[in-house]
Amino acid sequence: MRLSGRGLRCVRGGREVFSGLDFESAAGEALAVTGPNGSGKTSLLRLIAGLLHPAGGSIELAGGETELTLPEQAHYLGHRDALKPALSVMENLSFWRDFLGGETGDAAQSLARVGIDHAAHLPAGFLSAGQRRRLSIARLLSVKRPIWLLDEPTTALDVAGQAVFVGLMREHLSSGGMIIAATHAPLGIEAKQLRIGGTA
Amino acid sequence: MTALSALMRRDIRIALRVGGGALIGVLFFLTVVVLMPFAIGPDLPLLKRLGPAILWLGALLASLLTLDRLFTADHDDGSLDLIVMSRTPLELACAAKALAHWIAAGLPLIVATPVLGLLLNLDAEATAVVALTLLVGTPALTFTGMIGAALAVTLHRGGLLLAVLVLPLSVPVLIFGVAASQAVIVGPTPFGTPFSILCAISLVSFVVGPFAAAASLKHGLD
Repeated sequence: MRLSGRGLRCVRGGREVFSGLDFESAAGEALAVTGPNGSGKTSLLRLIAGLLHPAGGSIELAGGETELTLPEQAHYLGHRDALKPALSVMENLSFWRDFLGGETGDAAQSLARVGIDHAAHLPAGFLSAGQRRRLSIARLLSVKRPIWLLDEPTTALDVAGQAVFVGLMREHLSSGGMIIAATHAPLGIEAKQLRIGGTA
Repeated sequence: MTALSALMRRDIRIALRVGGGALIGVLFFLTVVVLMPFAIGPDLPLLKRLGPAILWLGALLASLLTLDRLFTADHDDGSLDLIVMSRTPLELACAAKALAHWIAAGLPLIVATPVLGLLLNLDAEATAVVALTLLVGTPALTFTGMIGAALAVTLHRGGLLLAVLVLPLSVPVLIFGVAASQAVIVGPTPFGTPFSILCAISLVSFVVGPFAAAASLKHGLD
């Protein structure tokens, strides 16, 4: 599986965010996208996820399941956690597992792996920022998708949480997955670098 | 199917929990209809003549009141991104959300109608007819309103816009819903004609609503 972008141009609100951007990533590889605030890291991830349309250039996926589009084979972990405060931790996770479908794993086990199984029956509204992030990460585990698009994945995670997440990313890569992460902090795994914008 | 039923179950569950929208609509409906006899005065024949219109207006405003959260809630917490990316066609996901919204917010209005009919001097037959027209007509309000709700997501701060966009689309539903109820209470037009048109409007909205909403969501995300 090989994901590549050629000459990507992104315009947001009438302003050009970046243009002529190339990137390439293959199965088993991680790509760390870095750059100053506002340089378009999130925009790039949203372009790949199909949530924004490029003003120019193209994104191509070679290999992978031919019947599915690129967004259908990707997980997007954004700034917003996609959690409903009125539902319990378990209800939130099982909803996404049932809704996203495909190859799924055990929800309880995913919660245990990110260390919030003790809070399974608590409404998600009571979780701390770090716990919410852990719950979002549990979604990546309970539904299998080959491509992970991560936007500042380690924000709000404590040191132990970051260590757990590094382990999970390693595992995903060694099983032939692909990771594209926008980040300021080092990812903690071996990754190719893609720099957007000026040197800051 | 699992995906759609999961989405519906989630939306209904959220609406029925504390802070969900289901109760707000019914309470608003109750308030409008209960206050109306006090405003109009104890003129029983007049109340009976206005009854269906009052019930229909109350139901229309109540369904508008809760509709703007249909997509904005999911947009604000990022769920909408994942729904758009998922393997479920967006049109079907929109239809499932609208259906869930109607079950949680529209159906209770119809259940409350017989009680409110008493306050408006409607006899059992008239109340049953109004409830029937509401049962057929309120889904059309939800499914056409969904288009406005989807546009409200893409154009920021669309709350006010929603009302402006959706109201013209709701007018035919209101006209034929009230006309069908009036036909039974005061005559002289037959009940069947406006009622069939009301059914037709609902059926058209089931087809047009999800496609229009999905198209709006697809093009307007940022």
